[in-house]
Amino acid sequence: MSALLSRKPDPALTRQAGFLMLDELKKPWVEKFMVFKGRTIPVVAARLSSADRRGSLKARWGWGRMRYAVLPGLYALGAPGEASPVFVSANYKMSFDALRSSLVGIDAWILVLDTKGINVWCAAGKGTFGTKELLGRVASTKLAAVVGHRTLILPQLGAPGVSAPEIARLSGFRVEWGPVRAADIKAWLAAGRRKDEPTRSVTFGLRDRMAVAPVEIVHSWPILPAALALAALYGLPAGGAWLARSLPAAILLLGIVPAGTILFPALLPWLPSRAFVVKGALLGGLWAFACGAVFKMPALETLAGFFLAAPAAGFLAMNFTGASTYTCQPGALLEVERSFWPMIASLAAGLALAIGARAFGI
Amino acid sequence: MKLKYLRNGQTLALDAGTCVGCGACVDVCPHAVFEVDGGKARIVGRDYCMECGACARNCPVGALSVKVGVGCAAAIIIGKLRGTAPTCGEGGCCGESERSSCC
Ligand code: SF4
Ligand code: SF4
Repeated sequence: MSALLSRKPDPALTRQAGFLMLDELKKPWVEKFMVFKGRTIPVVAARLSSADRRGSLKARWGWGRMRYAVLPGLYALGAPGEASPVFVSANYKMSFDALRSSLVGIDAWILVLDTKGINVWCAAGKGTFGTKELLGRVASTKLAAVVGHRTLILPQLGAPGVSAPEIARLSGFRVEWGPVRAADIKAWLAAGRRKDEPTRSVTFGLRDRMAVAPVEIVHSWPILPAALALAALYGLPAGGAWLARSLPAAILLLGIVPAGTILFPALLPWLPSRAFVVKGALLGGLWAFACGAVFKMPALETLAGFFLAAPAAGFLAMNFTGASTYTCQPGALLEVERSFWPMIASLAAGLALAIGARAFGI
Repeated sequence: MKLKYLRNGQTLALDAGTCVGCGACVDVCPHAVFEVDGGKARIVGRDYCMECGACARNCPVGALSVKVGVGCAAAIIIGKLRGTAPTCGEGGCCGESERSSCC
């Protein structure tokens, strides 16, 4: 029994009280415990509760995300038996939730790997959703004694970290790569476990792009105080005209954030250039000109706004490379290296123009 | 819509002589880069390869190679600042979505 769990391995205690002694298993998603071949195994609910959904929402905004983990080990879904399929998941709660909610009505085992609370694809890239962890988890849960078959169903996006040939050689379990998206599992099972190209492919549709926007918004917070401070300084000297000068400047500078974190992902496929930084800079620049036109700013002031907003929005956009599903490292390196000095130069020019615009009272 | 990035798939190499046509690469590649035709794999979508390494890790005969790396500007910047290889920051992009490729 203790082998099922990675922590608090006190056999006497757990045998008496089952997993209820373990705080990690006092979770709303653990419905009850089942005894199978003399072992006590937590049974999880397939349907998500409102608490699960609230937690996901919070995690999307980057709140408590790192603590959003499921205890690694073997779980039951429904009333599985010897012949039931084994699905492997990460211990990031949202990965786990996506899997179990896609299996409503199916009796299955879920083997949760310790990916340090990180989703399958990221963890596979880091190697925590990996060959070694899977071999270790199969051994520590004594999975071979639970099920009669020798097949593990893994999410396809775990493949960068897990070598199916090695798993077969070292554990005797055959890895079967399921769909990219948990939501496709039922259709995949119904189709005789065959995948067509859409089931095998990652996309980066509007929904996917907007789902990663909240975290980028949260990460862009340092722009807010900087923008407000700049705008306040720009309005100086204090007096009747201060607000009239500062307010448009503040709107222009604060608008960089939605331009780089909301407009950019929304419009990504249609913006020119393959470089994220160029796409973002274009939006930032257009936004500055739009502000200039709406607030009837003097040309010099508009230009200052342009040179500040374009690199700032470009930088925010470039940070989306990590959240995208199709960028490679050499390309991202190219963007970083080519854009660094132009961005610095542009910011410097923007500041100089802003100071000039005020100094000469334009 | 299939999106292309910069410098995709330049490090991906397939040794057709070694390939046994098992189709594992087709099965694990998230961007449909391969096709198996007449018992041999073929690269048909190099421009979409994000160098994730799934295919090379799962080829049973080692016919594939690729230099694996995260396509994440933030990781590259952190690496440059620390003087290391590209490194994912704690509390960075990782984790926010099942669909994210980062880190
Ligand atoms: S996985 Fe390797 S052996 Fe199998 S088809 Fe692809 S390249 Fe050929
Ligand atoms: S590295 Fe990844 S994206 Fe590129 S061909 Fe291999 S599996 Fe496909």
